[in-house]
Amino acid sequence: MSELAATTSLISIRGLKTYFPIRKGILSRVVDKVHAVDGVDLDVRRGEVLGVVGESGCGKTTLARTMLKLVEPTAGEIQFNGTDITHLSRREMAPLRRQMQIIFQDPFSSLNPRLTVGDILATPFEIHGLAEGQDMRDRVERLLMLVGLRPEAARRYPHEFSGGQRQRIGIARALALDPQLVVGDEPVSALDVSIQAQIINLLKRLQAELGLTYVLISHNLSVVSHIADRVAVMYLGRVVEIASRDELYFSALHPYTEALLSAAPSSVPGRKRDRIILKGDIPSPINPPSGCRFHPRCPKVMARCKTDDPALISPTAGSSHAVACHLHNP
Amino acid sequence: MSEAAVQGKPVATGSETVLAEHESYARMVWRRFLHHRLAVVGGIFVLVLCLSAALAGIIAPHDPTNLDTSKRFIAPFLSWNHPLGTDDLGRDTFSRLLFGGQVSLAVGIVAMITTVLTGTVVGIVAGYRGGLIDTLLMRFVDTMLCFPQVFLLLVVAAFVTPSLLSISLIIGLTSWMEVARIVRAEIMRLKEQDFIQAAHALGASATRIMVRELAPNIMAPVLVAATLKVATAVLMESYISFLGYGVQPPLASWGNMLTNAQGYFDTVPWLAVLPGVMITLTVVSFNFLGDGLRDALDPRLKMDQ
Amino acid sequence: MLKFILRRVLQSIPLVIGVSIIAFGLMHLAPGGPLAVYTLNPTIQAQDIERIKVALGLDQPFHIQYLRWAAGMFSGTWGNTFFGGRPVLDVILERVPATLILMGSALSIAILLGTAIGMLGAVKRYSLFDYLATTGALFALSFPTFWFGLMAIYVFAVRLRWLPSGGMYDLGNEGDPIDLLIHLVLPTLVLALVLVATWSRYARSSFLEVIHQDYIRTARAKGLVERDVLMKHAFPNALVPLIALFGLQLPTLFSGALVTETIFGWPGMGRLFVDSLTMKEYPVLMGMMMFTALFVIVGNLLADIGVALADPRVRLE
Repeated sequence: MSELAATTSLISIRGLKTYFPIRKGILSRVVDKVHAVDGVDLDVRRGEVLGVVGESGCGKTTLARTMLKLVEPTAGEIQFNGTDITHLSRREMAPLRRQMQIIFQDPFSSLNPRLTVGDILATPFEIHGLAEGQDMRDRVERLLMLVGLRPEAARRYPHEFSGGQRQRIGIARALALDPQLVVGDEPVSALDVSIQAQIINLLKRLQAELGLTYVLISHNLSVVSHIADRVAVMYLGRVVEIASRDELYFSALHPYTEALLSAAPSSVPGRKRDRIILKGDIPSPINPPSGCRFHPRCPKVMARCKTDDPALISPTAGSSHAVACHLHNP
Repeated sequence: MSEAAVQGKPVATGSETVLAEHESYARMVWRRFLHHRLAVVGGIFVLVLCLSAALAGIIAPHDPTNLDTSKRFIAPFLSWNHPLGTDDLGRDTFSRLLFGGQVSLAVGIVAMITTVLTGTVVGIVAGYRGGLIDTLLMRFVDTMLCFPQVFLLLVVAAFVTPSLLSISLIIGLTSWMEVARIVRAEIMRLKEQDFIQAAHALGASATRIMVRELAPNIMAPVLVAATLKVATAVLMESYISFLGYGVQPPLASWGNMLTNAQGYFDTVPWLAVLPGVMITLTVVSFNFLGDGLRDALDPRLKMDQ
Repeated sequence: MLKFILRRVLQSIPLVIGVSIIAFGLMHLAPGGPLAVYTLNPTIQAQDIERIKVALGLDQPFHIQYLRWAAGMFSGTWGNTFFGGRPVLDVILERVPATLILMGSALSIAILLGTAIGMLGAVKRYSLFDYLATTGALFALSFPTFWFGLMAIYVFAVRLRWLPSGGMYDLGNEGDPIDLLIHLVLPTLVLALVLVATWSRYARSSFLEVIHQDYIRTARAKGLVERDVLMKHAFPNALVPLIALFGLQLPTLFSGALVTETIFGWPGMGRLFVDSLTMKEYPVLMGMMMFTALFVIVGNLLADIGVALADPRVRLE
């Protein structure tokens, strides 16, 4: 990990692996492991919006949760603001949590149904002992207005709100502690399409106003295209391509990215892509394929793809566009 | 952040419809409860019972320990002075039933609190912590459940000098296991929900998550279990008192009134009938109340589904 | 299947160990410890007690005592009674048949009657019968068994003189099966009451669950007669969860048997337990705790194997 990367990156991940054991039998022997995240390198620059896309089951949600240490990593290193947080205990993490927050996918399970919205939003202040009494109520009120809700909402319970409104409450909670990094785990995919745009615009506005850094996880390329500065594409626990948004959309290198783009409705009018249909299903993350993980489904598969695991590198020196594919890194 | 707040445009929350919806939830629970007529009857009886136990000192026409050998075995409904008759020592049965009810209810409620507290704590800790702690705690629960409760209860009761508190604690500590299982199952379901992850992400400690986030969400099943546990505790108390290991004379309890009555069984059966009827009515009422609460609060737990 | 049985047997081992630790620990909670009874005996001097303690190894630390005791248990030496010095296991075993007769007859009634009531209630859900059955079951569950027994004795033995008030045989009739049967009626009915109630509630919900499954709807759609649908398709499947209930009910059954036996003077294990309590026969009490708990563990093991035999899905878990 170079000193340079530590200073320009808010969060920097090296060789991150998160495996989930599958236990069996009376002694709970570990018989297998789900390789949810299996060797990810990623740098999130201060102030940028990084989109992470991939099909369901590719490990993007686990990556998001491991990044925030909600899930313990199996191997690798996570640096946040230059501090190695990989092995910090729950207690040691507590003060750092003020700087990193998460927005969840499901606005129905992410809010405690037995607490009022006011209580939910007061929780962060209580945990960190930042405010109490009238001061806390004022701060809760300001948070509600910040995300476009009325202050009266504080007295109500989550089930009294619509999905979009609940998602705003979730965003307000994530912003309560003035974090630097906000990870959005599919923040709009559970919402109606009409509401999605509102929430994305809210996220955009907040980022501009508060100078936030976002990592937005999504299976939907067009959602990411609206807001991301850079996009990382994940497949079976790996990042297979990462580039600035425009570069990724207009000159994708990885065959998997191409297939994903061909499936998404084009964001540029008039430009039509031939739809690439991938054969087969995503292989099981319990026994990922040898070599390049994508080789069993790749339309451009070569002999060495089956044996050699491609590294994520830039084909052109100095470019920030990196790809893990033998076609481009001979 | 405050500058930004000003720009936040308020979004209509539709307060009128929202309020109506909220009210209707409480009303729905109430309606479902009223629909269960036996539960309503049970609830009313429980209320009457609690009131009469609380006011026993005022209502009771006599001191329950007052002996009067000139007035032994008066049959019920014959004397205004002793509406429910007198026992072998001339004590007023009505007064003894009132004070006995006080004792039975007190034991039942303290035992229930012990059961619910122990069961809830064990269930939450096992369910949330998981892993080795969960395995150990649940194995302990399984082990305790291998002993027939009455056996366990009697052995411990026989070892301890009986007092109202000790009896209540013993009953409570030998019957918390089902509650622990119910709570654990609920917690296992809840802990996968994102709001628990959200609390974790905010830096909440495990204790805070268990107390503030998880505990409020298991109120419905715990309330139901608590009501049903009062019923079993009253039953257990009466039984161990009947055998002489529970509430000790001269303190009256429905159970030890039955012990006494057993001796005059063939000649004065009403002495055994009255306390038994009180026990049955009390236990039935709490059971119906619990059943009604279950249907009303949490339709998922309904036996038919 | 063999693998399932083996796994299930292995799972019972920690339970057996746990049960023995609790039983042993409980006896050490006894006031004055296991030798309390001697301190009440004026002919025994304090130094004698010390001598007995050493002789019995009671001066050893807790875990050593436990291990010795457990080893004894394992080899069938369950200690001797304080009064009479008879082997505990013999004392318990001679009471087992009486209890098994009582529990067996009550359980048979419960299974037959409870299943029938539950099934009928489920088929005619929300009918008057269903309503009466479910309400009646809740009432039956609320009856204090011992009081119900007393009332039954009063009505059928004291007033009507139809049946004996207690015991297993009349004096001089020991071993007469007819006499046994007559004595068995009241205690069996009293014990069966609660069991029928529980059983019918479970049977009802089990049938309701099965009746609403797609394959039952398919059977109906095929045009099968309703009775065939219920008897051939629903019945066998609804019974499977009830096998497990048999195991789960064992502790309640023992508790109920204890209560019933004390009321009716039935010379079974429950009676022995209560008598041992009054006499502070700690070795017998400890033995009884172990015996009933082991019985429950084995019963559950058999019930689980039964479920697995009947339902292949369980085996795969």
